[in-house]
Amino acid sequence: MREEIIVSGRANPFIDPHLHIWHWQIPLYLFLGGLAAGILFFAGLYTIMGKEKTYTTVVTKTPLLVPIILLLGLFALFLDLKHKLFFWRLYTTIRIESPMSWGAWVLMIITPLSFIWAAINIRKVFPRWDWKFKFMYQLEAFFTKYKLTLAWMMMISSVILGVYTGILFSAFNARPLWNTSILGPLFLASGLSAGVAVIMLMSKNHQEKTVFARIDIGIIAVEMFLIVHMFMGFLASTQVQQDAAELFLGGPYTAYFWIFVVILGMIVPVLLEILELKKYKIPVIIPSALVLFGSLMLRFLIAFAGQESRWLY
Amino acid sequence: MRYAMAIDTKKCVGCSDCVVACQIENNVPIGFCRDWVVEIVDGTYPQLEIEIRSERCNHCENAPCVRCCPTGASHYEDGGIVLVTKNKCIGCGACITSCPYDARYSHPDGYVDKCTFCFHRIKKGLEPACVAACPTKCMYFGDLDDPNSKVSKILKVRKSKTLIPEAGTKPKLYFLI
Repeated sequence: MREEIIVSGRANPFIDPHLHIWHWQIPLYLFLGGLAAGILFFAGLYTIMGKEKTYTTVVTKTPLLVPIILLLGLFALFLDLKHKLFFWRLYTTIRIESPMSWGAWVLMIITPLSFIWAAINIRKVFPRWDWKFKFMYQLEAFFTKYKLTLAWMMMISSVILGVYTGILFSAFNARPLWNTSILGPLFLASGLSAGVAVIMLMSKNHQEKTVFARIDIGIIAVEMFLIVHMFMGFLASTQVQQDAAELFLGGPYTAYFWIFVVILGMIVPVLLEILELKKYKIPVIIPSALVLFGSLMLRFLIAFAGQESRWLY
Repeated sequence: MRYAMAIDTKKCVGCSDCVVACQIENNVPIGFCRDWVVEIVDGTYPQLEIEIRSERCNHCENAPCVRCCPTGASHYEDGGIVLVTKNKCIGCGACITSCPYDARYSHPDGYVDKCTFCFHRIKKGLEPACVAACPTKCMYFGDLDDPNSKVSKILKVRKSKTLIPEAGTKPKLYFLI
């Protein structure tokens, strides 16, 4: 038998609590960013497809929430910074190698876009909305002219935002659990699914609801595939990544991950949506809330478990 | 110029003088450290082996902290020393999570802090505080590109290792074994 006893040392969040650096702010922000990306992606897509007349919730109603969601996310991100007064330094450089720099700049593009999109659609949802100033009406008319361009920009930047929320983690090879590029597509899929959940929740149109229930089933199927793929990759990789996967396969996060994320966040909503499509009456709030909850839990668990995974030396 | 440090694990007694010297020299806030001592006891009684290592930032040549810093606050200084510019650091923590050696910490004033190889001292031709304070003289500091530097000479004659080279960071902290 070979024993190894570490008598003293650090580099472990249990010995050095300050190594748990990212608390609730980062996962919450990643969830809100993914959600915003999901909503904007479908708003852009359905505008480009020319279906704004039939799919009004996707194109006009849900995007009204996005500026609020993004501002909340940015506020969470700001709370996470420890040298807060220097946050503007993010915008004095562009660092291609740093995912966080990418994120900062994508937010710089997508936040104003979401405001413009909300502004050109707000009078369709609230007909009595009054801009008060004449130039606001002129601005609205100006941007409405370039609606299609805006839709394309929104769709592309929302994909970058969605992928970035995962790449932010996967760029750190020091945390083996995060060091997988699957996190990019996984978080994008999870964000799209969360966006669809909000669309289904707000839609009053039966046809729209059915279409998005189908889309959600597809996205969740992709998500499940990505999760299986992620664990297969970990288990076929080096010792540190096998140990990282162990956190979810028998380790302390197993029950949380498989119950909250996979069963409650994916399998149950898919089953409910299938029943719904089979004409059973199921309140839409149940699958939608579960998908949103699962999506949020996925961020929290990956963020927290990732900080516990480490290299052995 | 490539500054590096070699630490003799056979001579180190784990007294932690290097830790205290650093904390005083660099005014490190209470509860934090830029260097630390790791003792590993390995084997089954009575065949036990002990390795004592004084660890700090590895000043990697392929530093993940520099790569992921969104503002360029973490950067390579002359001689390949990795430093943090305080008034560019936003305290996002990306570099702390990116370091496989966990060499960084968040300073109570907000910015991220770590070992600088005592950049202010080596500019004056002095050795880093930890090296100067070591009572067993088990640390060697110098320029890897200079064949006559203390560190190059000792690395030529002694067997050495770096920590987790498989992380791809190209560390410049050598441990003589």
